[in-house]
Amino acid sequence: MSDLKNMDPAPEKAAAPAPAAEEKIREPLFHIVKRADIPKLKAWGIRFIAILLALLVNALIIHWLTGLNPLAVYKSMFDGSFSTKRKFWVLLQNTAMLLCIALAVTPAFKMRFWNLGAEGQVLIGALSSGALMFYIGDKLPSGLLILLMLGAALLSGIVWAGIPALFKARFGTNETLFTLMMNYVAIQLVNTMIAIWVPSGSGVLGIMNSKSNNGWLPTIFGQKYALNIIVVGLLTVFMYVYLKYSKHGYEIAVVGESENTARYIGINVRKVIIRTAALSGCLAGLAGFLLMAGSAHTVSSTLAGGNGFTAVLVSWLAKFNPFVMILTSLLIEFLQKGAGEIAQAFRLSSDIADIATGIILFFIIGCEFFLNYRIMFRHKGKEGK
Amino acid sequence: MLTILASFLHSSIVQGIPLLFGATGEILTEKSGHLNLGIPGIMYVGGISGIVGGYLYEHFCGKPVALLCILIPLFCSLLGSGLMALIYCFLTVTLRANQNVTGLALTTFGTGVGNFLGGSLLSFFGESGSISLLTIGKWYKAYLPFADKLGVFGEIFLSYGFLAYLAVIVALLVHHFLNKTRTGLNLRAVGENPATADAAGINVTRYKYLSTILGGMIAGLGGLYFVMDYTGGTWTNNGFGDRGWLAIAIVIFALWKPARAIWCSFVFGGLYICAVLIPGLSTAAKEVIKMAPYVVTILVLVLSSVHDRRENQPPAHLGLNYFREDR
Repeated sequence: MSDLKNMDPAPEKAAAPAPAAEEKIREPLFHIVKRADIPKLKAWGIRFIAILLALLVNALIIHWLTGLNPLAVYKSMFDGSFSTKRKFWVLLQNTAMLLCIALAVTPAFKMRFWNLGAEGQVLIGALSSGALMFYIGDKLPSGLLILLMLGAALLSGIVWAGIPALFKARFGTNETLFTLMMNYVAIQLVNTMIAIWVPSGSGVLGIMNSKSNNGWLPTIFGQKYALNIIVVGLLTVFMYVYLKYSKHGYEIAVVGESENTARYIGINVRKVIIRTAALSGCLAGLAGFLLMAGSAHTVSSTLAGGNGFTAVLVSWLAKFNPFVMILTSLLIEFLQKGAGEIAQAFRLSSDIADIATGIILFFIIGCEFFLNYRIMFRHKGKEGK
Repeated sequence: MLTILASFLHSSIVQGIPLLFGATGEILTEKSGHLNLGIPGIMYVGGISGIVGGYLYEHFCGKPVALLCILIPLFCSLLGSGLMALIYCFLTVTLRANQNVTGLALTTFGTGVGNFLGGSLLSFFGESGSISLLTIGKWYKAYLPFADKLGVFGEIFLSYGFLAYLAVIVALLVHHFLNKTRTGLNLRAVGENPATADAAGINVTRYKYLSTILGGMIAGLGGLYFVMDYTGGTWTNNGFGDRGWLAIAIVIFALWKPARAIWCSFVFGGLYICAVLIPGLSTAAKEVIKMAPYVVTILVLVLSSVHDRRENQPPAHLGLNYFREDR
């Protein structure tokens, strides 16, 4: 692309001494203008086209690899997610967990606080609730234990996100890099604790309390994952209201747009940064708790499975709108499951799911440009109107 | 004792080389104001492209020639990681997409490409088992024949494949480029304040593109070194691990200075490996030691922001895109 190059007003020519009147002025073929606003329908139209294009590219790649025709690719991907009741519930559960983490990072992002540490915050939440289950798992009644575990998970999530926020608020420490590093500290902490808990050195902590189910979240409607999904659903509504209608939400938006404006209208910027990051960590800790107590019942360093990073994408793709996030997280989980299904059927490596996800992301990321900017082509004829 | 120390230093340096490539590439990229979190993915692609190139060469050509054994994977690796970096900078520079999001997507994609090709390459050609390009690996590992005779000195300084020396040379060159040349000064200006650089007549877009792509290529060599030299021409899925993130940590630890990155990488390499080398450690203690590089990085990040000395700061416009008509 040479758009910017074209935008440069050819300096040599401009400097040439008094050109003849009829000499041609070099005018770029097109230039870019920032859009003030774009109709909602058009915006979603552009996004929809981008997703369609990405799905097409994905289908072509899979077609090239497997010889499957592009429509059959998606049929087979559908089967991966919807063919049995169990697969469907797993899809819902995975979507709910990804959504939960995405909701967690959203308030921070809206404030332009790049919390890339969700992975670590989820893990630390799972670890602290797991620790309670490990040490006092059979000494307390289940209900009390669950409450304690929840409290521990939320608190540790707050601490894990709060530390970078404190330094960001006080010294302006780069939060992107700080939270990123905190992930690996959390991962190693999990590995350390597992090494302590499992003396055999296998590094795998089995499912805890599998007989008594003490500290496990209750099964409702006969579905193991139903409670998780309901909690995340409520959280989605809460986050929407919080960001859109609460005073906190307003403060977050102002700080995100301009810290100076926020200061000018009397918002305590430091307080807002720390509070919002703490909320973000708290919800990530909740996700860790749900993963640990609601589905996995064990702790491992891959419990979050990279969702802490994927959540960043989910939240951003949805433009921080919690309800749209339901769709984006569903899309990503569907792709992961579907591509996994195809890989299995054709004995390909299941990592093709990551490639498919990556391509979709590139297209959606790229299409944002057309939402924010407009390309103006050169007018034939006279300059100006 | 001396021999133990020598072998520890040797292992630290071997571990540090991929990190050094990654860190040098990332520094060059970040100096243009672009935080490329896709580096871990790029390094995977750099590694697997080399493997694919080498495999195709071995597969279709009966008698591998030493020179081509080295050049073909090298070229493929540069091409692969360059293309990855091109995706990144097309999205962030031309389309002005959010850098963090693009970088993370690139890492997802790159890791996927690496593991997918690594896991399925042989089955495309109807073979089974795992990839091992021992002949090519041998050439990448080759070092001066008399290094073994020089004892400790030879082990510490001379016992590496050529890519290891290249890593140090590239880091020094980038250091020289950034600090001693006019183009380097311009590049730093772009990272500090693109609007000012633009007003001074610097072609901001060209600088951003070139530094991001070159940076990606350099980082990709880290992946190539890992698969060809360190593992001797074999691929294991996720074998590269989290070294890409460690490389980004080194950028902070080295305070955005490539020459510092050299010893920082070796220190990190040492931390990475010492958990394995120290005998009699419990598993828990090993895991705690592996935490050290990240904790140290956090400390450096915090201290450099607390001290607030100008020369130790990240480029001022790191992570922010530039649009000329913005105010």
